[in-house]
Amino acid sequence: MTSKTISLNQLVAWLNKFSELVSAQCNYLTDLDAAIGDADHGTNMVRGMTAVMNAITAAPPSTIGDLFKVVGMTLVSTVGGASGPLYGTFFLRMGVTSGAVSELNGAQLLMALNAGMEGVVARGKPLANDKTLFDALAPALHAFAISLNSCHSLSDAALAAQTAAAVGRDATASLIARKGRASYLGERSIGHIDPGSASTALLFEAFAEVFSGE
Amino acid sequence: MKKLINAPDNLVADALLGLAEATTELQIDHKNRIIYRAEPKQKGKVALISGGGSGHEPLHGGYVGLGMLDAACAGEVFTSPTPDQMLAATKQVDTAAGVLYIVKNYTGDIMNFEMAAELATSETGINVLSVVTNDDVAVQDSLYTAGRRGVGVTVLLEKIVGAAAEEGQDLSTLSTLARDINNNGRSMGIALTSCTVPAVGKPTFDLPDNEMEIGIGIHGEPGRHRLPLGTAREIAEQLVEPILADFNFTSRPVIVMLNGMGASPLIELYLMYGEVAKILKRSGINVARNLIGNYITALDMAGCSVTLLSVDDQMIKLWDAPVKTLGLRWGI
Repeated sequence: MTSKTISLNQLVAWLNKFSELVSAQCNYLTDLDAAIGDADHGTNMVRGMTAVMNAITAAPPSTIGDLFKVVGMTLVSTVGGASGPLYGTFFLRMGVTSGAVSELNGAQLLMALNAGMEGVVARGKPLANDKTLFDALAPALHAFAISLNSCHSLSDAALAAQTAAAVGRDATASLIARKGRASYLGERSIGHIDPGSASTALLFEAFAEVFSGE
Repeated sequence: MKKLINAPDNLVADALLGLAEATTELQIDHKNRIIYRAEPKQKGKVALISGGGSGHEPLHGGYVGLGMLDAACAGEVFTSPTPDQMLAATKQVDTAAGVLYIVKNYTGDIMNFEMAAELATSETGINVLSVVTNDDVAVQDSLYTAGRRGVGVTVLLEKIVGAAAEEGQDLSTLSTLARDINNNGRSMGIALTSCTVPAVGKPTFDLPDNEMEIGIGIHGEPGRHRLPLGTAREIAEQLVEPILADFNFTSRPVIVMLNGMGASPLIELYLMYGEVAKILKRSGINVARNLIGNYITALDMAGCSVTLLSVDDQMIKLWDAPVKTLGLRWGI
């Protein structure tokens, strides 16, 4: 496993990149949501991540635990819908697990990410193939873990996570939604990518951009 | 899109400003987007909080006042409010008797209210219980979906449980009553046109002039099926039949709500009520009370929904009790 450490600033850079990506892809996310939901996923995520970056800039957190706590609370209080509690809980749990430190190694980051995912599971009770953001998140973390545990670099692991998230996102197209508003469509939800899985894929695209080359 | 708005992003905030100007009976927390009674409830009585996405007015802000809610949290259009709003409202309205959350069954609402209840318990020790409404019979495969949606029964529940709270009934009794009401109520809706979410700027779904969507949800979620546009008489059958197939309404009197979705004129709603009443009579159902108008809407959608609630004498008495809100007002 890599011994490379990840600094607080790099994690801020990850969040900043994620914020840029959701802004750039706002219409794409909203269009996906319009097809099987209520057409607000893009605007909700942009509102949330803009608030996150404003909060971090206004009062820079001094530890990684604080950083993720601010991110989680801000998302919970600004995004609304189902995405707010899900993304919010993800980062809140990451914060609790990270603790008052200024850097993480790969294994610690993986532990924090896994804690975040457990939070998502506790909150939304998604199962694999329910056509939710979990279908991008779970494969991404699985790939990240396998890569790290095979002594690959953090950079390789981040790229593996990005790829797995994207594959998971694309695979949601063939699924019947069993959670959220899309579930009311039943079979009519087939053929459409889940918007939550698409924003989660962006989270790991940002992750790979920041950590590749590390 | 043609709407009476300044800017899509300001719709909810501007509407709350208007509400604040309109009445002195409400007090608005503009920052947290919470609507309170100007005159708080007496100490020792359970407080009721509801909330949800905006765009269903008068639900929920229009039901804040004597005999109904103590606070309503407004989310963005069709988007659940957030836990910090519910938490702020909870702290504000609790009179030490506990707080009942009334939550419509949507994934986002459930999660946000659940987080709020967790925060309220851990941060304040306030006793919070939640009741979830899920009365929409249009959703068939409840096992494979987020479950039946909370629609019309929410209005009737807020009225009846609100009156019981005003009487001083305790939290667990109110929670039981609320569950009982939800279990005894069913709804079904139909859309003639789509609604247009201001931030999106175009209709949520495409519904040709000669078709209607039976079993529509209050956010434009798809219904059971799409049919050629029928007469009011045919539509009434399409709405009432699945409700009666789902629950036996012949054993007790019922409260009937004929609700407009936002863009159907009252004259059509009165006409529809007549058609619905005919079917109920023919089916041996005794209508104790009715309510006709726009009570739980979907922005500018045209169409209507029918809600039936099987009631006992106690519920009728609570229904008739005084209520003083923007949306419902009688007995005062």
